[in-house]
Amino acid sequence: MAVICSEKDRCLRASISGELDHHRAKEIMEELDGRIDQIMPRELILDLKELTFTDSSGIAVLLRAARRMGTVRGAIRVVNTPPQAEKVFRMAGLQRLIRFE
Amino acid sequence: MNCINHVNLEFPSASANEGFARAAAACFAAQLDPTLEEVNDIKTAVSEAVTNAIVHAYPDTLGKISMKLRIREDHSLEIVVKDWGVGIEDVDQARTPLFTTGSEERSGMGFTIMESFMDSLRVRSLPGKGTTVTMRRIIARRAGR
Repeated sequence: MAVICSEKDRCLRASISGELDHHRAKEIMEELDGRIDQIMPRELILDLKELTFTDSSGIAVLLRAARRMGTVRGAIRVVNTPPQAEKVFRMAGLQRLIRFE
Repeated sequence: MNCINHVNLEFPSASANEGFARAAAACFAAQLDPTLEEVNDIKTAVSEAVTNAIVHAYPDTLGKISMKLRIREDHSLEIVVKDWGVGIEDVDQARTPLFTTGSEERSGMGFTIMESFMDSLRVRSLPGKGTTVTMRRIIARRAGR
């Protein structure tokens, strides 16, 4: 499975594992979209602890999740970002748009 | 500059080959004894170059992609990713951060990442003929080897 999700009190936690590239991005986006639409969470926590690689496809996935959370008036937080992914996200200035912890 | 070792790969523009291409480049680069960060930079840049060829060069068909890896005498890795696809009308525009002609799955950051993660990047393209991306990364020689 692309994304492992758990939900408690309308807080959605989604863990993305493995490599995130263009090959997997669509599947991951669709999974996140579906969960957000279904749960309408107050908060989405994206856990990247098990993410072993990302390229610019990860930027698109995070921006889309943030936009989607905006439409349901929820917050988004990204946790446990590995150094490789952090370097990619920093290139796009994502830290200015999304909360990283 | 002399080339110490090289490998030439050719594969169809199927998205499953994005992972293969960056893993192959990382394996070959291992001969230069890079740090983890250097390997990750190379993998990320290769992923961007190959994904561009898959998404943009051959939008509706499967086409041929060639990736040539060379280790140079100056302890650098040169990567040449070539396609025979639609080409890029305006290379300067394509290299602008956040510019994309792709769908929502693309961020428009591909060339920006290649540029900043590698020491040099050259893009040559002819509309209707194809695109060649040449990138180079010098791997620092570390003490004790």
